Amino acid sequence: MKNIATSVDAATTKSRATQILGFVVLFGVLALILLGFFAAPEDDEQRDAVRMIFVHVPSAFLTYAAFSVTAAGSLMWLWKRSRWWDIVAHSAAEIGVIFCGLTLFTGSVWGRPTWNTYWDWGDVRLVTTLILFLMMVGYLALRAAGGEENAVATRAAVVGLLAAVNIPIINRSVEWWANRTLHQRSSLTDGNLEDLTLFTLVVGIVVWVLFFVWAMIHRFRIGWLEHQLRDIELQAAIAGRRAETANDPTGGSLP
Amino acid sequence: MLADVWLVTNKDLRIEWRSRVTFNQVVPFALIVLVLFGFALDTNRAVLRAATSGVFWLTVLFVAVVAVTRSTMIEISDGARRALLLGGIEPVAIYFGKTLAIAIQLFGVELLMVGGVIFFFDATIASWPLLLATCVVATWCVAASGTLLGALVANVAARDTVLPILLLPVLAPVLIAASRAFDDALGVLVVDGWVWLGLLAAFGIVNATLGTLAYGTLLEEA
Repeated sequence: MKNIATSVDAATTKSRATQILGFVVLFGVLALILLGFFAAPEDDEQRDAVRMIFVHVPSAFLTYAAFSVTAAGSLMWLWKRSRWWDIVAHSAAEIGVIFCGLTLFTGSVWGRPTWNTYWDWGDVRLVTTLILFLMMVGYLALRAAGGEENAVATRAAVVGLLAAVNIPIINRSVEWWANRTLHQRSSLTDGNLEDLTLFTLVVGIVVWVLFFVWAMIHRFRIGWLEHQLRDIELQAAIAGRRAETANDPTGGSLP
Repeated sequence: MLADVWLVTNKDLRIEWRSRVTFNQVVPFALIVLVLFGFALDTNRAVLRAATSGVFWLTVLFVAVVAVTRSTMIEISDGARRALLLGGIEPVAIYFGKTLAIAIQLFGVELLMVGGVIFFFDATIASWPLLLATCVVATWCVAASGTLLGALVANVAARDTVLPILLLPVLAPVLIAASRAFDDALGVLVVDGWVWLGLLAAFGIVNATLGTLAYGTLLEEA
């Protein structure tokens, strides 16, 4: 058991590269706060509420990016049976759920002053994102339920793919059902944003992407260490059983 | 292959016939949920009629969770799942066999529930073909997804709580599409129910395909 404790104590998820990346993200967040609150102009109609765009849009972008990584990782686990891909899928799902929650929260807070409501059941993107959030919470609940490592990975991979396959159908059904949206068209491409607002939005997306990469590296390394720990514990348990058998005068044989 | 599918379906239906779990527990459960929705939605007949489709399909989803759990339990007890695999039956045949068995039981419950909403909610049927077609296709969708997810959680310790968390969000489009098709069939809303039926069919095909591909892996590994 001493070896396990030593290995875990010595384990770390940081490296020189992640430290530098972490500082870049920190600097980026500070720059985003300054740009978002002080440099970017307020909107003619939405006034200061428009500043929510700098968090909401990057979070939404990262939500779909993270869940796409989960789907890819799930597919690769089923195909290659590589633990690496399983941990990638799990890590991206956890971070994606946080981004998805942030997207829903910031969207609701933004919706109150602009749409005069926190929630609108008729909005396609809102409802689809909520269903995606619930599906991925289910994915994490399944993982948290535990079990044999490979079995958990296979179950989770199927759910990850099930979510990915069903999202277009859910989107379609909600779109037909509601047949309207309060959401504006793509903020990046409609050409209605002021230059500085657009610049701040792009900075927000870049900072969020860097944060995602930083968080993914750390979460992946935690996952990898957990996997190694399970291996070490298994080896220790096997060694313990062998030692018991060796000390047994009957040689461990049945009478 | 078809013979194996029917063998598995027949096995599950025979177990049901002998145990009467669906008849004695699931049918009363469905009717209780309908009655409770009646209380919750007030005594206003107009409100009840407007909500009938949604209430009907939401009840079907609750019933589906119970039916899928039951179907999964049949295979867990006494290592029946392993015996099925050792019996040389293709996992695809097991998947479709169990899906069909759940679908037949759910369809039976739905027919009784149609009587329930006519009686309690004052529903009138504007199009029987659309109503029956919606029941058939939506039930297949629910059963196809339920069988896959049932196998997925079969060996999970907390399967009773994990199954609804996984199944209900996946079935959100079935709830939406089947409710809208029913709105047309009951003459509550002016929508094209047959278009919604098309979306249901697409969902059923996609999820049954995924089930076909994944069920064998889940049976053997998960």
